[in-house]
Amino acid sequence: MPLTPVITDLEQLKDRRVLADLLSWRAGAVQGARLDRNELTIFIAREAIRDVCARLKTQVLTDFLSDLTCADFYPREPRFEVAYHLLSIKHKERVRLKVVLSGDDAVVESITPVWPSANFFEREVFDLFGIRFLGHPYLRRIMMPEDWEGHPLRKDYPVEGYR
Amino acid sequence: MGHLNPNPVLDPTEDKTMVLNMGPQHPSTHGVLRLLLEIDGETIVRMMPDIGFLHTGIEKTCEAKFYQQIVPLTDRIDYLCPMVNNLCYVMAAEKLLGLEVPPRAQWMRVMLAELQRISSHLVWLGTHAMDIGAMSVFLYCFREREDLLRIYEMVSGQRMMTSYFRIGGLALDPPLGFFEKVKKFLDVFPEKVDEYENLLTGNRIFIDRLKGVAQISAEDGLAIGLSGPSLRASGIDFDLRRDMPYCGYENFKFKVPVKKEGDVWARYLCRVAELRESREIAKQALEGMPSGPTKAEAPKVVLPDREKMKTQMEALIYHFKIVTEGFTVPEGEVYQAIESPRGEMGYYIVSDGTAKPMRVHMRSPSYANLQALPQMCEGRLIADVVAAIGSIDIVLGEIDR
Repeated sequence: MPLTPVITDLEQLKDRRVLADLLSWRAGAVQGARLDRNELTIFIAREAIRDVCARLKTQVLTDFLSDLTCADFYPREPRFEVAYHLLSIKHKERVRLKVVLSGDDAVVESITPVWPSANFFEREVFDLFGIRFLGHPYLRRIMMPEDWEGHPLRKDYPVEGYR
Repeated sequence: MGHLNPNPVLDPTEDKTMVLNMGPQHPSTHGVLRLLLEIDGETIVRMMPDIGFLHTGIEKTCEAKFYQQIVPLTDRIDYLCPMVNNLCYVMAAEKLLGLEVPPRAQWMRVMLAELQRISSHLVWLGTHAMDIGAMSVFLYCFREREDLLRIYEMVSGQRMMTSYFRIGGLALDPPLGFFEKVKKFLDVFPEKVDEYENLLTGNRIFIDRLKGVAQISAEDGLAIGLSGPSLRASGIDFDLRRDMPYCGYENFKFKVPVKKEGDVWARYLCRVAELRESREIAKQALEGMPSGPTKAEAPKVVLPDREKMKTQMEALIYHFKIVTEGFTVPEGEVYQAIESPRGEMGYYIVSDGTAKPMRVHMRSPSYANLQALPQMCEGRLIADVVAAIGSIDIVLGEIDR
């Protein structure tokens, strides 16, 4: 499977099932898309993520939240990209949603009301990246001790040595 | 590790409830899981899992390592099936690189991954039965697991932390006499499963402890993130090996055991049936094992053979380069998911074009499965908690990472 060039043009990708539905439903929520190594990534506006997830869960049958995580692109700004990996069990396909967040305003709506399974995943992202999820039922540290300072998976947090 | 003491966390609404601390040093929590139980007599009103006691920051460590140095770290995540973790990681890295793996390496990977599934399920079966009170099954299971560990030792030099799968293929070609040993094991294994089933499947005490306990419906299971045999026991007929094949699984014929009930008993039956199916797949892989190389033709990524390294200048240079400065990986991100013995295991890797990954995230099945535990146990008795923990087959190394 040799690598093919990345496609970022919405026009070429608009036939994809999930993207087509989102564009016809609320085009404003989609900020961009990318097809890389046969994996579709859709960039979602921050305000719309919970509505988009609810829509995809009920209407498009991407019924399983595989994973929710984050990557820190420090020192680039906006630095955080929260990635939601969704799986459709019926259609046997995956899609990745992404929300881009800046460092000084790392807040996004929680999707725990849509998928209860997001509970632990969001707590983990909060703990290790310091991103706050609005509307999360119990946003506390999960991996690190409660009195820990800092968020270890941020890029400006050292791998070794004293903090 | 959110809760320093239980009292501020659970807030008993009525006087009659009390908070009971279970773990982290409780033998039937399968590691260092701590459960806070709010109980009314023997009935659980509320349950809260507390994790993080085994957090070692593997994801952070990965960001400081070369791609090939991460393979041994993945062993330590889920120590009951290290090769399945290796497989998931190397497949994600190969997808990032756009690397094609030769068929012999793929079939070896499938065969060993299925053997690992067997040995992982054997540990589950033994400990689960022991939690319920059937001590002898544990000894039976570990007897067969010992044979499997010898097989892994033969092929990789290690019993548990194997690191046998490498980016671009396998570490070494399997040694002489290896396939005979695997065949010998696979030939006798069905009788051994019969032995376990004789001890458990018809055992009235065992059935009474398991049937109807810790039920979860298909919709609830999907919403809470259950996957693997735990989800299939609730009636969702989905297996990544069959439905989204990877690593050549499309070449194998096997059944996916599905049950409707969604209780501990159904999960037990699913996993025991999987023992037999895994043996089928391993047998097919053994019989159809292709010949040929076990490493991809990619000198900049795959370490050269020892012999070549000593006789050829280029091989020596590549070896030196890979070991000292790693290999660069094209920019991009991938999410690779496979069916681990516990459910959907996924690796999310973001590459920034250098020799070290920018982000490695493991989607561990136990982590998501654990979330279902409160839903399964609330309203039931304390004794059922032990059965429920055993039935979702958690590994704490994988949860805390």
